[in-house]
Amino acid sequence: MISSLANPARFMRASSRPLPWLAGIAAAVLGLGLFWALVLAPPDYQQGESVRIMFVHVPAAWMALSIYLFVAVASAVALVWRHPLAEVAAQAAAPIGAAFTFVCLATGSLWGRPMWGTWWVWDARLTSVLVLFFLYLGYIALVSAFDDPGRGARAGSVLALVGIVNLPIIKFSVDWWNTLHQPASVMRLGGPSIDVSMLVPLLVMAAGFGLLFATLLLLRMRTALNEKKARALRLGESLPASPEPGEAGLAVSR
Amino acid sequence: MTDLSRYLAMGGYAAYVWPAYGIAITVLGGLAAQSWNRYRASRRALARLQNGEARRGTRRS
Repeated sequence: MISSLANPARFMRASSRPLPWLAGIAAAVLGLGLFWALVLAPPDYQQGESVRIMFVHVPAAWMALSIYLFVAVASAVALVWRHPLAEVAAQAAAPIGAAFTFVCLATGSLWGRPMWGTWWVWDARLTSVLVLFFLYLGYIALVSAFDDPGRGARAGSVLALVGIVNLPIIKFSVDWWNTLHQPASVMRLGGPSIDVSMLVPLLVMAAGFGLLFATLLLLRMRTALNEKKARALRLGESLPASPEPGEAGLAVSR
Repeated sequence: MTDLSRYLAMGGYAAYVWPAYGIAITVLGGLAAQSWNRYRASRRALARLQNGEARRGTRRS
């Protein structure tokens, strides 16, 4: 299934029909999640209504980490197998990951102020997530820093792979170092320690964010392939008597 | 206090809860809008180029 989509032209055909459905389902799940998080979920017995920030903050953090993993895996596939869609996927995903990381940091700060008494501490968890944000920005900048897009993509892929060491540091920072940040309460041994009335809206929001990521990923990949094809067409126009100007640029995109 | 203003007060945490949701919606909504606009622009540009190709193709043959 995945390998049958390896061809960009085939990917464009296969992704056009599910895209509006995916967008619609993402919007519906996000709407449900927001209503659940802001209205139906109960206030916390210690944190009161401020706990509602969790329903954005925690799923955004999950997305920040998973999307980085996605970018790194796609980069590895691009470097090793020269898969024509892998770089497109990694580059399409990185800005989405950066956005989720920013949301995680901003909402965490807004949660930290009333609960910890500070907007920010330079502890391991917060600092390593800030590093993740800069890794995303560095990747995006590096990819576009070269005149030759192929070299930019390869440099970005290497950076994405090096940056993967940051992921376990983020995940386990709350266990390895003393910090204001609480340890994991959902993805932990022995099952979630959070009450079902809050766990369910948390998971609905996480599903909504995941669907939003899938939607935006497909949209941005399609955009990149359109732009690539347009570039190839423009190049073909400037050359006299180019054979098959339409598909040639995509077939030999590397 | 009415029910609505009590709800909006978020138990005293309004100044933190609403900006958190506001930032999330602004950033993710903005990214979605930017992605959609750029997608439409890329489709238009490609269609224009392909129409040009098609016209030249018919003239050539």
